[in-house]
Amino acid sequence: MYETNYHRPRDLAEAESQFAAAAEARYLAGGMTLLPTMKQRLAAPSDLVDLGRLAELKGIAVTTDAVTIGAGVTHAEVAEAPEIRAALPALAALAGQIGDPHVRHRGTIGGSLANDDPAADYPAAVLALGATIRTTRRELAAEEFFQGLFTTALEEGEILVSVTFPLAARAAYAKFPNPASRYAMAGVFVARMPDGAVRVGVTGAGQDGVYRDAAFEAALEADFAPAALDPIEVDASAMLSDLHGSAAYRANLVKVMAKRAVAAAG
Amino acid sequence: MTSISITVNGTTRRAEVEGRTLLVALLRETFGLTGTHVGCDTSQCGACVVHVDGKAVKSCTMLAAQADGCQVRTIEGLAQGDQLHPVQAAFHEHHGLQCGFCTPGMIMAAVDMIERHDARLDEATIRHELEGNICRCTGYHNIVKAIQAAADQMAGLRQAAE
Ligand SMILES: Cc1cc2nc3c(=O)[nH]c(=O)nc-3n(C[C@H](O)[C@H](O)[C@H](O)COP(=O)(O)OP(=O)(O)OC[C@H]3O[C@@H](n4cnc5c(N)ncnc54)[C@H](O)[C@@H]3O)c2cc1C
Ligand code: FES
Ligand code: FES
Repeated sequence: MYETNYHRPRDLAEAESQFAAAAEARYLAGGMTLLPTMKQRLAAPSDLVDLGRLAELKGIAVTTDAVTIGAGVTHAEVAEAPEIRAALPALAALAGQIGDPHVRHRGTIGGSLANDDPAADYPAAVLALGATIRTTRRELAAEEFFQGLFTTALEEGEILVSVTFPLAARAAYAKFPNPASRYAMAGVFVARMPDGAVRVGVTGAGQDGVYRDAAFEAALEADFAPAALDPIEVDASAMLSDLHGSAAYRANLVKVMAKRAVAAAG
Repeated sequence: MTSISITVNGTTRRAEVEGRTLLVALLRETFGLTGTHVGCDTSQCGACVVHVDGKAVKSCTMLAAQADGCQVRTIEGLAQGDQLHPVQAAFHEHHGLQCGFCTPGMIMAAVDMIERHDARLDEATIRHELEGNICRCTGYHNIVKAIQAAADQMAGLRQAAE
């Protein structure tokens, strides 16, 4: 790892000013993506601004129709929070499937979303539930936030503060993990909202990162059952293809995971 | 350089660290606590697992500066004198190791999982919980047996204490 200057700001305002003052700064949250990348020398920020202890990024709040989670809340905290397990159990279950216990103790929801890895789990839930992302500068709808592989709407120095997930009537996440890395080879989050609308977020598989599947959504709005997806062909030409799996394999996996998610959502 | 203070196995220590110094490097190279191992470059193997403020973390993927002010427990902090921790004793009893390279991380992960599950563990849970720890020797079988035995014993001790 190249040398870097470590900073621990007292609050969000100081974090933004430390970021702005540095030559090439990066925010540090759980470090579960950024530190391995720095160890490989794929990233070499001159300065690290550690958001890890900021109280403004902590906290979970549940209302009658939404769950709000601070950007600095860890995957383990989301998985275990009794209020999330009661209000939005599919999200708690998703968090409990990220990586391994040690990664979940450090990794945060804000870090995962800011990083926008095409195989990360949270983006599927953010898109499927139509979550709102609050930053130090504005609010963004899920659709505006994700902009392709490892790319989000966040501007230089902007900090993701919290995510608000509307509660679903029924929801579930089904993931086929890569056996070595635990990242999603295909992960599908299915949500049936209180007004009957169905939204499906797919991660791990698409060439342009996380996406919504309109064909799945229409079929499930007509009939919320796994078999409703049988006639739908997933377009392999839009799928990722790498040493872990071909595009055709992933296309099939997306449909299998979608059916499992619908079955689990009940 | 940043000046930090960390309590390791009950003793508070100060150190001057570079921004890039990893917690595992501080433990091994500055404090001489070489029981914590480094088995990979990709944050996947778990040989480096220690507890920071009571939670199992990969010390190869945390900066020493991030642990400033924290309580750190390493494999060296488990035994009390000659008295092995129940998880250490169970690894010995059930042959939960061959070369021993993964063992410190396995044991620290095991202690964390037993504490989080209040010592109530079954085989499937143990195997699932070990996803962040890789062993190239044992095939995991005896590791799982050792953790199960230690958890059962610790559950018994808890009941007896109640
Ligand atoms: C072995 C292993 C297995 C994993 N498996 C999975 C998996 O199965 N599924 C999965 O989804 N992920 C997985 N991950 C990634 C993990 O979820 C990370 O925690 C996550 O991607 C990044 O979160 P972090 O808090 O660690 O962020 P960091 O690594 O600290 O930061 C990541 C990026 O986000 C930026 N950032 C962080 N917080 C903010 C903020 N609040 N505002 C603006 N920018 C910010 C940083 O500058 C950096 O660019 C795995 C990681 C490891 C090491
Ligand atoms: S050394 Fe392999 S995970 Fe830390
Ligand atoms: S005992 Fe050799 S790696 Fe586990």
